[in-house]
Amino acid sequence: MLIENTIILSHRLIKGGYRLLTLKSSKIAPMVQPGQFVHLRVPPSADAVLRRPFSVFRAQAGRLAILYKTVGKGTQAMEALRTGDEVNLVGPLGNGYPNVCKNSLPVLVAGGYGMAALYLVAQRTKVKGIVFVGGKCADDILCADDFRRLGWNVRVATEDGSTGQKGLVTRILDAWLNKKPRGRTPEFFACGPNGLLKAICKRVGRNGWDGWISMDRHMGCGLGACLACVQKVRKRDASGKETWAWARVCTEGPVFACRDIVWEDNGMKQTSNTQHRTSNVE
Amino acid sequence: MPMKPDLSIRIGGLVMQNPVMTASGTFGFGPEFARLVDLNRLGAIVVKGISLKPAQGNPTPRLVEVPGGLLNAIGLQNPGFEGFVRDYLPFLRQYQAPVIVNIWGHTIEEYAAIAERFSEVPGVHGLELNISCPNIKHGGIAFGTDKKMARRVIAAVRARTRLPLIPKLSPNVPAIAEFARIAEACGADAVSLINSFPAMAIDIETRRPILANITGGLTGPAIHTIALKMVWEAARAVKIPVIGMGGITSAKEALAFIIAGASAVAVGTANFSEPRCTLAVIKGIEAYLVRHHLASVRALVGTLETGSAS
Repeated sequence: MLIENTIILSHRLIKGGYRLLTLKSSKIAPMVQPGQFVHLRVPPSADAVLRRPFSVFRAQAGRLAILYKTVGKGTQAMEALRTGDEVNLVGPLGNGYPNVCKNSLPVLVAGGYGMAALYLVAQRTKVKGIVFVGGKCADDILCADDFRRLGWNVRVATEDGSTGQKGLVTRILDAWLNKKPRGRTPEFFACGPNGLLKAICKRVGRNGWDGWISMDRHMGCGLGACLACVQKVRKRDASGKETWAWARVCTEGPVFACRDIVWEDNGMKQTSNTQHRTSNVE
Repeated sequence: MPMKPDLSIRIGGLVMQNPVMTASGTFGFGPEFARLVDLNRLGAIVVKGISLKPAQGNPTPRLVEVPGGLLNAIGLQNPGFEGFVRDYLPFLRQYQAPVIVNIWGHTIEEYAAIAERFSEVPGVHGLELNISCPNIKHGGIAFGTDKKMARRVIAAVRARTRLPLIPKLSPNVPAIAEFARIAEACGADAVSLINSFPAMAIDIETRRPILANITGGLTGPAIHTIALKMVWEAARAVKIPVIGMGGITSAKEALAFIIAGASAVAVGTANFSEPRCTLAVIKGIEAYLVRHHLASVRALVGTLETGSAS
């Protein structure tokens, strides 16, 4: 984990309010593991007292890219950033996705720009797997071609049917699972809104597969100090009885094993300061 | 070549190399910032509130950014006395910066008991008494907004520890000077102020509170000028050192606290956005002293001029 002043190499609108920000980062970029995030200092204003967390989309020698959508005041302020501007980053942060298990078939499932957080998983895995991505409309389907270029099979669903199959991403996933030939066991890597992650965990748990999800929580420090972004995870107490404990999404996460998550509905909307890995589909 | 100004200050028996500490709750239990901040350079490390037994804190969401600040209701989640001593204190002992442990309880006896236990542990250099947290149902602010209760809890803790004792005062009182006087009369070595302001935020679309705890505590730049007035009032009321905090983002706010009468300051919310804010504040204070030809930071404490400018 480092703090680095990076320089913007490019910053462009892709479509539908989604932007790609590419930064010159000699220190942080080479350290990034798939699923890790960076904490970005938004151009200072009295209105933004927190950094904004973003999953790393691409990371290679000296460059790091994030994909974001303008959703609030922080990302709005980011829109004004221009090539050559300085951006302060803390990262790489958190625990990312594990390596794909030998003999398993990697299945990536993304809601909207959750796709971005999964790109490094695909890029750094030898086995070519399959990607399921869903969104509200065609504009929410990002970087599908990046995965295709890696030789991955990409399946798309949109709620309005403007591209791919009409419906939720879980629908095309289930259709595929029903017809899936025997062979490699699927191993899931998911990123998206909570509803989707919960749906993945359900399928993974039912079949005894391995699955990894990237959680999104409103973060404060990103360093594990403030204890704002906590998530309930399963734990055994000293007597071996099953109980729960808080895990910090920024430190023990953001990626958790499906089997570890304790899902609960306390009636509260779980907020996130950037919706950094989730899409606007719920 | 100007002389390097003396930044050291003293709180009770505790000598700090500079007046800049971390505000409890914003710097974790020690190791969280260590890869980004050289802890040896801090005036003191004030860790997150510790209770006798581990505490789970509040449900989520626990935090929301609001204009000019941050609203939190973490609820004092912590590993408890034993967990902290076992898992964090050995790490902190490697550093020369003094460690001040923020302590809290649900009852006076719990406050006194944890103070006593920390007094027997090497590597703890002071205790900050949290009688002002707005986010727990029993204890916390209930002790810090009632003069009789404040007197009882501070006196009870004082009787059980010889460590430098620093009650942390709530801003949620009509006259903070009275609470500072109570702390001084009960034998406190210093007072720190302010804790967060009870506050809330509502999602107007769902008509629900944004925080699971419904209400939380407001911190950050929004509270700085209120904190400044309270530090000024408290510093005029007591002889013991006052530690000023609330909305410090740079040396400027820290210096304002010192001019208003604070002997030391703590950086809180700003640690989240600028993990090295404490170091920048130390540097900025030093540069200011050089620029104003002051030999020590102590020479600046309480130098506010309120007469008509001539």
